[in-house]
Amino acid sequence: MAAEESYPAELKYHREHDWARIDGSEAVLGITWYAQDALGELVHFEPPEEGAAIRRDASYGEVESVKAVSDVIAPLSGEVLEVNRKVVEEPETVNEDPYGEGWLVRIRLSDPAEADGLLDVDAYRAVLAE
Amino acid sequence: MQTTLLRTPLHDRHVALGAKLVPFVGWEMPVQYGGVIAEHRAVRADAGVFDVSHMGELEVEGPRARELLQQTLANDLDKIGVGQAQYTLLTNEQGGILDDLIVYALEPTRYLLIVNASNADSDYAWLKERELRGSEVSNRSSEYGLLAVQGPRAIERLGLPQASAFTWAMGEIDGVEVMVNRTGYTGEDGCELMTMAEDVVALWDAVLARGVVPCGLAARDTLRLEACFPLHGNDITPETDAISAGLGWVCALDKEFTGADRLRAVKEQGPRRRLVAFVMEEKAIPRQGMSVVEGGDVTSGSLSPMLDVGIGLAYVDSALAQPDTPITIDVRGRERRARVVRKPIYRREETA
Repeated sequence: MAAEESYPAELKYHREHDWARIDGSEAVLGITWYAQDALGELVHFEPPEEGAAIRRDASYGEVESVKAVSDVIAPLSGEVLEVNRKVVEEPETVNEDPYGEGWLVRIRLSDPAEADGLLDVDAYRAVLAE
Repeated sequence: MQTTLLRTPLHDRHVALGAKLVPFVGWEMPVQYGGVIAEHRAVRADAGVFDVSHMGELEVEGPRARELLQQTLANDLDKIGVGQAQYTLLTNEQGGILDDLIVYALEPTRYLLIVNASNADSDYAWLKERELRGSEVSNRSSEYGLLAVQGPRAIERLGLPQASAFTWAMGEIDGVEVMVNRTGYTGEDGCELMTMAEDVVALWDAVLARGVVPCGLAARDTLRLEACFPLHGNDITPETDAISAGLGWVCALDKEFTGADRLRAVKEQGPRRRLVAFVMEEKAIPRQGMSVVEGGDVTSGSLSPMLDVGIGLAYVDSALAQPDTPITIDVRGRERRARVVRKPIYRREETA
């Protein structure tokens, strides 16, 4: 079942439709409800290697629907600590629960100050309304 | 530049059903309603309906209509009589494929050609230019609506009599007069219903009321790919020939038609490349335009909703064309293993 449209207030957002849940020196990253809806049912997640360095504003993986491929853009820089294997095995988890079980990677932040450059929920909703 | 997309008579119905509409060869068409995978599986398990009113309908009429088509189409029209249909190709002088189409024998002197939407105007122009005295070509595309109703229960749900594949008959569905064509593009049983454009909304409503699932072009593409039916513009083009594409069975090389001599030469020498079906052996989805590392190009690729693996069609060097040959697909810089398989990629198990 596809999730209802939502954008949790406790998350930080990147205008390329990615979210970050920051917890001290770590963050969990994923794609927003809008991104999964635009793609349709996800059928593949090409994850980064665990231990890989990812860079803010650059692609760190790919998500695919039956018809389309999309880069996943990192909202923050850091080192990949963990890839969500559930999403690798069952990519539709992202459609069902984009902010919960459908998270993509957990990273150790290399520059926690980058978080100041991210959007809050109101700013992200304004991007969607553009 | 602002271009206006054409709409089928069912546009408002698609919007009301919540379809995702996309531009497709100049038309605004439903790519999906509920979801591609559910729609795909509905066609494999029961019945689905596709609005394919964008497709072109050409008519060729007159005492020399058959002669004109024998000269311009690759298959042998003498194999079919009135009430029958045939898959065939419109070829150029180089043996390239201008279009693939189905020709229906309406009367001994009248034929209907249902052609790809993207090629309707150019096919019409090509045939018009070659008209003989006594054969008249007309483009009737805007006059008709076309619904493909496909799936193992399609015929039963429509209340139609059983009939052989590649035949047609006039019929009626809940008061709408239709031409029932026993043809399709999914690898399943079913039909394509042609009706007057003004009646297609009533026909659509009647088909849905019979429990048939509305399906978009995305599912149509994954279904035809599992069945290994080529898509013109991807797998077959004016630059590819029928022999390399595995469509030699459609070419009556014992008759004369445009490009026949070139096709005989390709057949005699053996094609350099062949269009093969393949299945990924690793998690990855092949896409049109990717390279086959050992030599070749992917022309269609997707996830197979039935097999849940990446599948595709590719032109590969003939040495690699045998089933079970391992090949490698370059998936955006990552090498992923695949295997050539026999066509079709998916065939429904026959149930006793």
